[in-house]
Amino acid sequence: MGFLGSVWRWFSDPAHWSGADGIPQRLVEHVQLSAESVAIGALIALPIGIVLGHYGRFGNLAINISNVGRALPSFGILVIAFQVFGLGDFPIVFSLTALAIPPMLTNSYVALREVDPDVKDAARGMGYRELTQVLRVELPLAVPLVMAGVRTSAVQVVATATLAALISGGGFGRYIIDGLAQQDFPKLFAGALLVALLAMATELSLAGLERVLVPRGIRLLRAPVMARATTFKAA
Amino acid sequence: MPTGIFLTFDPWINWGWLSSHVPLFEDALQQHITLTAIAILGGLVLSLPLGVAAHRWRAFRSPVLAVSEIFYTIPSLALFALLIPYTGLTVVTAEIGLIGYSLLILVRNVMVGLEAVPPDVIDAANGMGYRPLARLLRIELPLALPAIIAGIRIATVTTIGLVTVTALIGLGGLGQLILEGFIENFHTPLVVATVLSIALALVADLSLAGLQRVVVPWARNT
Repeated sequence: MGFLGSVWRWFSDPAHWSGADGIPQRLVEHVQLSAESVAIGALIALPIGIVLGHYGRFGNLAINISNVGRALPSFGILVIAFQVFGLGDFPIVFSLTALAIPPMLTNSYVALREVDPDVKDAARGMGYRELTQVLRVELPLAVPLVMAGVRTSAVQVVATATLAALISGGGFGRYIIDGLAQQDFPKLFAGALLVALLAMATELSLAGLERVLVPRGIRLLRAPVMARATTFKAA
Repeated sequence: MPTGIFLTFDPWINWGWLSSHVPLFEDALQQHITLTAIAILGGLVLSLPLGVAAHRWRAFRSPVLAVSEIFYTIPSLALFALLIPYTGLTVVTAEIGLIGYSLLILVRNVMVGLEAVPPDVIDAANGMGYRPLARLLRIELPLALPAIIAGIRIATVTTIGLVTVTALIGLGGLGQLILEGFIENFHTPLVVATVLSIALALVADLSLAGLQRVVVPWARNT
């Protein structure tokens, strides 16, 4: 058993399943911080990406923001936000939102851009007005790529939220940062397992949501795609 | 780091301190570049055979993609933490993670690049009497080069960001200065190291884009 046995004992200790430093409470904190950031990020990024993609304007900006986003060291951004805004959830949500925006913006831009022009022509020919065309024709076709962007952002935010523990945030990162500081390797390992599982659960549940949101016609047209317009990895 | 009770306002950049501590940043930058270079070269060496194998033997394809998709979702800090009990606070721990992530980006791009080679070209090569290995080396890989270099660009920029996180396991390059600035509550190293890390990523991306133009002049902007 050895080391893994001590990790198992950490998990089976009832003290780690209740209270402010218990797994349920840390899970709620982690999910809450991540969900808030992704939601705010989506409210900002998706409308911009959709509008730019629909009109096909500022393509360079929409694509390159992903490059810039990838270059931002999440660790540095978090710490600087902490220095500017002080303690609390605000600097964490602020930086996580900033990291969530680029993948969603780029993916939704590319998604709308790649709608077949013939389909748009047909929609126009059938008398769709611009707004109806975007909402009823282009968006449904764009759902797979838009959702790929949301998925990428969400996984990235869940991962980076771990670093929030460094600036006194909650979440599973607490176990990792505290485990490192206290040289408590079972705790460190348990925290890492929990974060990794949460990141995978996020990916899987959003992939499930995507399956629900993609219109039946498109689902029949092609096998479920895991394509993304951007590869992202931060923290 | 500056001390003194009268120093109540800490400017974002203390130029005086900065100008007397340039070597500190040079060393950090150098470590940052070394860690990144090992990760990219290691990833490249491993991903080429893997990508080619996954391309050649279809049965490999889905497992390779699925495993990389799953591995890629593991947060880097979590991965380092999972390795620490086994490999300790060492370069090995950092590079297993960094090489792993760059490998995943590169494998995917090698496969995509090889798949995008038009079947007509393969037919023509076969007709000209190319054997599989020669065809791979002289026809398929050169045509896959734009996608591979695009992968190298993404992997490089991503790795430069990830290296800062390795500060938490005692390495970090510029990340080390971010961590120190944070712990000592001193803005200058923190801000300068963050800016340098962004600048390094952008410079690396632009130089690789330049390399791409030289090596594959037929492919514009991928």
